Amino acid sequence: MTTIRTRALLLSVAVLLGACASKVPLDTPATPAAPAAAAATPAATPPAAPAGQGAAGASGAPAPQSQVAGVDLTRDAAGGAGATVLPRERVVYFDFDSFVIRDEFRGMIDAHARVLTAQRSRRMVIEGHTDDRGSREYNLALGQKRAEAVLRSLTLLGVQDSQLEAVSFGKERPAVQGSGEEAWARNRRAELKDR
Amino acid sequence: MRALPADPSRRRCVAALAIGAAGLGGGAARAQFRVEISGVGATQLPLAVAAFAEEEKAPVRVSRVIRANLERSGLFRIIDGGAGLDERSPLEAAAWRGRGADALLAGSLLRLADGRWDLRCRLWDVLKNTELFGRSLVVPAADLRLAAHRLSDEIHERLTGERAAYATRIAYVVRTGSRYTLRVTDADGEGGQVALASNEPIISPSWSPDGRFLAYVSFETQKAVVWLQELQSGERRPLANFRGSNSAPAFSPDGRTLALALSREGLTQLFTMPLAGGSPTRLTQSGSIDTEPVYSPDGRLIYFVSDRGGSPQIYRMPAAGGPGERVTFSGGYNVSPSLSADGRHMAYVTRQGNAFRLALQELQGGPVRLLTDTSDDERPGFAPNSRLIVYATRADRADVLMTTTLDGRVKSRLVASGSDVREPAWGPFGR
Repeated sequence: MTTIRTRALLLSVAVLLGACASKVPLDTPATPAAPAAAAATPAATPPAAPAGQGAAGASGAPAPQSQVAGVDLTRDAAGGAGATVLPRERVVYFDFDSFVIRDEFRGMIDAHARVLTAQRSRRMVIEGHTDDRGSREYNLALGQKRAEAVLRSLTLLGVQDSQLEAVSFGKERPAVQGSGEEAWARNRRAELKDR
Repeated sequence: MRALPADPSRRRCVAALAIGAAGLGGGAARAQFRVEISGVGATQLPLAVAAFAEEEKAPVRVSRVIRANLERSGLFRIIDGGAGLDERSPLEAAAWRGRGADALLAGSLLRLADGRWDLRCRLWDVLKNTELFGRSLVVPAADLRLAAHRLSDEIHERLTGERAAYATRIAYVVRTGSRYTLRVTDADGEGGQVALASNEPIISPSWSPDGRFLAYVSFETQKAVVWLQELQSGERRPLANFRGSNSAPAFSPDGRTLALALSREGLTQLFTMPLAGGSPTRLTQSGSIDTEPVYSPDGRLIYFVSDRGGSPQIYRMPAAGGPGERVTFSGGYNVSPSLSADGRHMAYVTRQGNAFRLALQELQGGPVRLLTDTSDDERPGFAPNSRLIVYATRADRADVLMTTTLDGRVKSRLVASGSDVREPAWGPFGR
């Protein structure tokens, strides 16, 4: 449901920006996002640890991928300078107790990956955060897991590991004070920052 | 002249004490704490405490410190002994028995020419009409508070046969606006000193067994790094600054090893590091989050939190690593273990619905007991005598520290007005 609404929203944005859009061929792979899909298996059976590649897209979300890519291209073109300008969107939000990168953020991650692969000297830090419920140390680890999910997405799109670091602030740096689902949802996030 | 006995079945004692800048080296913290004691313990020894003669002239009202300490333990019902007594006053046993007292404490303070204080007291057994002990010591002004705590220890031990922990210290973090300080105070929250001031969060302070060092996590470099700081000198150095987050430091009982949580190999896992220097050794390989390690008192096991089963639960494994054995079975979220030094209990935080609550479990088996009716409890820690638990919680829209007896009956609250107090860690015996 959310996906459809999001897609509709993104499409309308795309239409609005469409005037400047150029016809750029889709270059995202047909079955992308193994990393996020690996995290998509519910938290009960996390992937085996080493090498962190995660089980190859087990439950693989079915494919509205091309539409996400479309949005991505539109944003890129609207930015004007192609792969040298980092997208302004910097925050990936997460569902409760989840490390799955939702479809609506794949485009953003693609865009960051494109810039980082084009400029190998560029470095970023990904900061993971949680809402304010529960143990500080466990939340630190949850935030770390979110940041690493984003990092994995980027490296699987070709960004070098050495360009990135995933860190966590747990619940120590909320974006929004207060409790209740609205505040919590805006605190469960990973932020991409230049280094 | 003597105060009328007050014998309410429910005692509530409020003592507002300000921390002055006097005496304590290294910069005393300016903060105000209120110790509120509520609840009635199961069996309480009625002890009359008289104001020490001339103590109003001293920087520390020794009898009040002693009184608050003993009340916080839950084992005493303090009867106001009024003023006008000192350690030489003859015991009017019948009168005190008539007020329900089993014992009486009286004393005096006298300022000497060199600025030190002559502190004397006497503890009487009212029922047997005998003296239990007398003390006479000369103390610099800066050590008066510690002397009061040590006397409290002696009185407690003499009257109950149990070891007390009043002369210990606690460390905790205070957040005021966007400023964080790591503080070390007496176990009653007084005499505070700032160990670290920062514009970035500080979490997870942990005491070395000899009480000389604190390890903690600081975000001063925009990520979680474990630091080690010597309290006396303020000298500090980063202990673990690997890729990703470095956190949850815990000393082994022999003081030689630090267990901690590192995400350097992807996913937060448990490692140990020798404090003398050297690289970390990985202990867990779980493919899940492993964190919050804490050693058993004999150093043979490490208890920790893992979500390898799908949700965070408490496990234990051999201290050198090995298969984990699950320890918590009720509820779907159990974190932040703390073990009593006597090896009998584990305190932790359990989630019930939307509430996070302090729970107590006997390690030999037995029901899990919830000790509070608050809903945002964090970071329980045992006093080194295994008789009290300190924890952080939320009350009246502020983060505060509390202590509780193991039966949950007697609680005390430490509040710093205008600030949030969190992340307590109870220091060891000996200073």
